[in-house]
Amino acid sequence: MSTETVDYNYDVVRKFTLATIFWGIIGFTAGVFIALQMVFPDLNIEPFLSFGRLRPVHTSAVIFAFGGNALFATSYYVVQRTCGVRLWNDKLANFTFWGYQAFIVMAALGYVLGVTQGKEYAEPEWYADLWLTIVWVSYLLVYLVTCIKRKEPHLYVANWFYLSFIITVAVLHLGNNISLPVDIVGAKSYSTWAGVQSAMIQWWYGHNAVGFFLTAGFLGMMYYFVPKQANRPVYSYRLSIVHFWSLIFIYIWAGPHHLHYTALPDWAQTLGMTFSVMLWMPSWGGMINGVMTLSGAWHKLREDPIIQFMIIALAFYGMSTFEGPLMSIRAVNSLSHYTDWTIGHVHSGALGWVGFISFGALYYLVPRLWGRERLYSTKLVSMHLWIATIGIVFYIAAMWVSGIMQGLMWRTYDGMGFLSYSFVETVMAMKPFYMIRVMGGVLYLSGALIMVYNFWRTIRGDVNEKEQMQIQGAVA
Amino acid sequence: MTDKQKNEHEKDIDHVTGVETTGHEWDGLKELNNPLPRWWVWVFIVCIVWSIWYFVIYPAWPVPGGATEGTGGYTQYKELAESQAEITARQEAYLERFEDASFQDILKDPELYAFASAGGAAAFKDNCATCHGTGGAGAKGYPNLNDDDWLWGGTLEDIHQTLEYGVRANNLDTRISQMPAFGKDGLLKREEINAVVDYVLSLSGGKTDGHEAQGAEIFKMQCASCHGADGKGLQEFGAPNLTDKIWLYGGDRQTIFETVYYARAGMMPAWGTRLDENTIKQLTIYLHELGGGE
Repeated sequence: MSTETVDYNYDVVRKFTLATIFWGIIGFTAGVFIALQMVFPDLNIEPFLSFGRLRPVHTSAVIFAFGGNALFATSYYVVQRTCGVRLWNDKLANFTFWGYQAFIVMAALGYVLGVTQGKEYAEPEWYADLWLTIVWVSYLLVYLVTCIKRKEPHLYVANWFYLSFIITVAVLHLGNNISLPVDIVGAKSYSTWAGVQSAMIQWWYGHNAVGFFLTAGFLGMMYYFVPKQANRPVYSYRLSIVHFWSLIFIYIWAGPHHLHYTALPDWAQTLGMTFSVMLWMPSWGGMINGVMTLSGAWHKLREDPIIQFMIIALAFYGMSTFEGPLMSIRAVNSLSHYTDWTIGHVHSGALGWVGFISFGALYYLVPRLWGRERLYSTKLVSMHLWIATIGIVFYIAAMWVSGIMQGLMWRTYDGMGFLSYSFVETVMAMKPFYMIRVMGGVLYLSGALIMVYNFWRTIRGDVNEKEQMQIQGAVA
Repeated sequence: MTDKQKNEHEKDIDHVTGVETTGHEWDGLKELNNPLPRWWVWVFIVCIVWSIWYFVIYPAWPVPGGATEGTGGYTQYKELAESQAEITARQEAYLERFEDASFQDILKDPELYAFASAGGAAAFKDNCATCHGTGGAGAKGYPNLNDDDWLWGGTLEDIHQTLEYGVRANNLDTRISQMPAFGKDGLLKREEINAVVDYVLSLSGGKTDGHEAQGAEIFKMQCASCHGADGKGLQEFGAPNLTDKIWLYGGDRQTIFETVYYARAGMMPAWGTRLDENTIKQLTIYLHELGGGE
């Protein structure tokens, strides 16, 4: 198949790639700063840089700015290459780039100035939501028309995942953000949803943002870049079909597990919990397919740090998607809910899965997008890998310990029926672990900065001389 | 492309694993036709069967007029009531005797005393620690409860009264007194206040500017009625002892000046309207033992 003759639109992919790297550094730095605020409350610089305002800056920057741009970049790359056609409509594609960056800036400015809907992961107010809707529909159009115009008879599996992500995120975004602005020139709006219905819609949105943005989207990424980097066929076509349909069918029901022991009726809690448990294997299907794609090429896991990034990502993916169903069980949730365990769980998914699979894809993409033969340095990739992995381990281990400790302290009664600990005592007990979390975050950020340096040299066209000599030596 | 479709019946075998591919290729990518892993299928089925069992036992599916209730009779209200009952049962083992016991009875009975201390400690951390600190060490304007210095009295009855009705609280029986704002209200001139501050400092051996003799005269006229001729305070007015180097707002010259100039009137809520009598009693015992009760 002579796909090489197609004139692919790499320009927009390059822009999204640079944006991914830029927002990644911003988001990780914001994370380290708010982690420091938890240890040193004096760092809360009121009112603009208080924890309450910076926290959504961090979450939106890493999920929507870093993760979102990574999904745009890779999906535009993958859909062209696997459909064998140039991306449809350069101008509209370019609009999705600038439009999406404008949304990020609009949202972040709002947070710092105190403009928020107060809905987790859906903080932007109505004007930013409307703008994102326009951008997102354009994204869907560009992607869908490219798929329709494809030269290949079938649609590659990565595209199913990317498409389910784009369509479902559109539905979630519209559903959760229906609101009425107070006036047309003001930022404030009121949600259509109220009370427990509002909570339910919010977590239908919130959990499926995890499911379709951070899981399905990045599985799409995985299904292209893992087999590409390993240079092996995908392990099982049948598994990809069954786990795709079971994943998207079951995920959409799982949201109520965020509302155990609340005003949400018991039956809705039960459904959320059972569907989360049934989700376990469909989630793992992606991990099996990714890891087993290496069968016959296991030696690459020893030699290639990019493959290592991807496989560690899949390991963290498998761990988080086991931990998630576990935490959705009512009895476990009664301990874990509202504690740092949740924060640890989210970060094993975010730092481990989303971060690492994106780094792997970026290391694959950058030399190809800028027409370089190889990366500036493979050693630096390895260094990034290990520093970041140790950072994640620090982070999640600290949050497990502090979260479970916190949960146990809250529920401890003495033999005479009195609460053993007050809230402030739990906060004091968590302080050392908050410090360990900061260290983990600093390591993760440092790894990303090494990546930035590596990319800068790669794009300039440099190659590390020592490594170059070794390669030439090996060839000779 | 069309050639490829024609040739699809010819098997494309992956040479590394010997497994057949699906015959398609995208950008050099192929898919093997491996079957679903057996263990994967089985765990998936077990999760589904378990969920169906759970649907039967627990409230699960919305139906017209409500939802299926489940055969187990579970509701989160019941679960809450059961956990609460388990905890209150632990307290009830002591409560009956505790309710009827006087403070003296409690102090003599090791079991009741332990019960009161544990309950008092828990209630203190939830209600009092915000102002008085987790260990009762106090802060500026909030008395240290570990020392022997009691503003309104440190006997069990005094402490109980303070807890129940508060200090300058919105309550008819609250403890109340008001120090005059000597400077702000023009009762004393600036130099007179400075002289009084000198005298007050001298009471606890502090450094003065040498006007304590003049200050002593003013103190006798203006302050002694509440703080006592010897400056040792009077608990019935909540007037602090000025001789013991224990300062509620601070013992430096500037702070004492401000205290005399603007006066002070700390406030504590009447806990009787917020906590039940047993808890107040437990707190009384706890506080009495915390700081060398009188």
